[in-house]
Amino acid sequence: MTDATPSTEEAAAPPYRLSAHKPEVSARRARTFGSWYYAEHVLRSMNSYKWTLLASSVGTPVMYLFAMGIGLATLVDRNSEGAFGGVSYLAFIAPALLASATIMTAATEFTYPVMDGFKWRRVYYGPHASPLNTDQIVQGHIIAVSTRLTVTTIIYFLIVAAFGASPSATGVVAVPVAVLCGLAFGLPLMAYSASVEEDKGQFALVMRFIVTPLFLFSGTFFPLDTLPVFLRWIGWISPLWHGTELGRALTYGHEVPLWLAVVHVLYLVLLAAGGLRLARSVYARRLGK
Amino acid sequence: MPTLPAGPPVISASRLSKHYGDFKAVDGISFDVPAGESFGLLGPNGAGKSTTMRMIGGVSQRTSGQLTIMGLDPEEHGPEVRAHLGVVPQQDNLDEELKVRDNLIVYGRYFGLPMSYLKAKADELLEFAQLTDKASARVDALSGGMKRRLTIARSLINEPRILLLDEPTTGLDPQARHILWDRLFRLKESGVTLILTTHYMDEAEQLCDRLVVVDKGRIMAEGSPAQLIREHSTREVLELRFGSERNTTVAGDLQGIGDRLEPLPDRVLIYAHDGEATLEQVTSRGLRPITSLVRRSSLEDVFLRLTGRSLVD
Repeated sequence: MTDATPSTEEAAAPPYRLSAHKPEVSARRARTFGSWYYAEHVLRSMNSYKWTLLASSVGTPVMYLFAMGIGLATLVDRNSEGAFGGVSYLAFIAPALLASATIMTAATEFTYPVMDGFKWRRVYYGPHASPLNTDQIVQGHIIAVSTRLTVTTIIYFLIVAAFGASPSATGVVAVPVAVLCGLAFGLPLMAYSASVEEDKGQFALVMRFIVTPLFLFSGTFFPLDTLPVFLRWIGWISPLWHGTELGRALTYGHEVPLWLAVVHVLYLVLLAAGGLRLARSVYARRLGK
Repeated sequence: MPTLPAGPPVISASRLSKHYGDFKAVDGISFDVPAGESFGLLGPNGAGKSTTMRMIGGVSQRTSGQLTIMGLDPEEHGPEVRAHLGVVPQQDNLDEELKVRDNLIVYGRYFGLPMSYLKAKADELLEFAQLTDKASARVDALSGGMKRRLTIARSLINEPRILLLDEPTTGLDPQARHILWDRLFRLKESGVTLILTTHYMDEAEQLCDRLVVVDKGRIMAEGSPAQLIREHSTREVLELRFGSERNTTVAGDLQGIGDRLEPLPDRVLIYAHDGEATLEQVTSRGLRPITSLVRRSSLEDVFLRLTGRSLVD
């Protein structure tokens, strides 16, 4: 069947000299591993600009740690000894910077690339026509971004540790917590991005009016309870505050009652899970139009 | 009247409909496609061709009707149906951040195909698409025709027996179109079932064994290109231009000549069995067209006859 025509020249032979496995096998594998197949694609795309990503993964923390943790800290530590639970200002802000870095990265990865998938280069429509389903496209994208977040956070953590800013043995657990924090912010954002039909600057607004205030008012540079009560809610709803508090408990033994630690984790997990669920339904609706 | 020996149809649609609110994009169309046939949906923009293709491709849900691909309902067995298909969408959606060859490999991974197979297959398909020397180029460095060929190569990575092509050559220059047609013809010769939409009648005539003429979500006619022309048009057409002012007014003087008269803004078409003889009749009435052309009837004429409109506007 594959060689139906007695071809007069070799070039006229159909391009079926190899043989792929049967469609049933493709479908079965896609059903089982589809999310990973799409993640592989996204990671390969990221790989084409890996040096830029790596440079920013290393450059950003070093910059912040020098400016805040060393420059500003000299002043802060001299004037307010004991204001940060008996640790240096550097140790105080390091877990906050770790969690903010994942949020910043998630904010980039779950906005423009999503628009690119649906609209600009329509990258999602390729896998959509393949045996993969829409949930797997969502999950694959998330797996790839989580991988990037993990790599970035590990590098960040190593630099923090090298600065001596993570004295506790449990410090390394701050890495998965920071990644969770990034997803808690990133997945609801992903669902929102998928619902944007036309880019009229919404993503720039998200950066300016959501990411930046969260970065400033989530107990990042000073404890949340130094803020007036009417501003503290920003921290309470902010995944960054929950992630930072957990991070502090892990890196230098900041005291967090157990029930509150559970609330922190639950809040982050709920945001991430809710975002995933919403993203799946928005993707299904938009791709299946 | 099927042109191929009847086996079980690989695609079967029955009263297939897709509505968006009040708008009936596809309004109850039925057709069967046997294995190995090259089947076309011909119609103007907005006729419902792409929507039909997306339903066949298992990516868009129907509003009503029945649809099976290889005996499977795409809404229940999406991954299984899509695993059988190769899809060339209307708009290219290649990953421009990846190299040409990597686009093929990454796509093949969606089918769970192993790297050992994919590396060899990608090279083979690049050769088929005449892109071997572009293997490690970036996609954005390719011309429109090359991107289209790469998209076709990508659709073949899983060696599908059914290929869906949504307006495969729209927007390409004539030379690029001929190269593509040649590649598609080779696939057809190798027994691949081709389903294609087009609004170019020459494309439909070149590639389709059988086609349906679609307008406003409905099938207006069905048959092989030759059959459709025989049934809905005459053997030849005489095209006369009298200048844009006079084309419609002169129509009255042409009454009774040929089988049928079609005055258009830019020319008058006279449908007749023998175009040269018809031209003699015209000149014998003392009418002097600025230009005259005798040609064979095409699917464009069929479409004009069936809908009163041109295909490309």
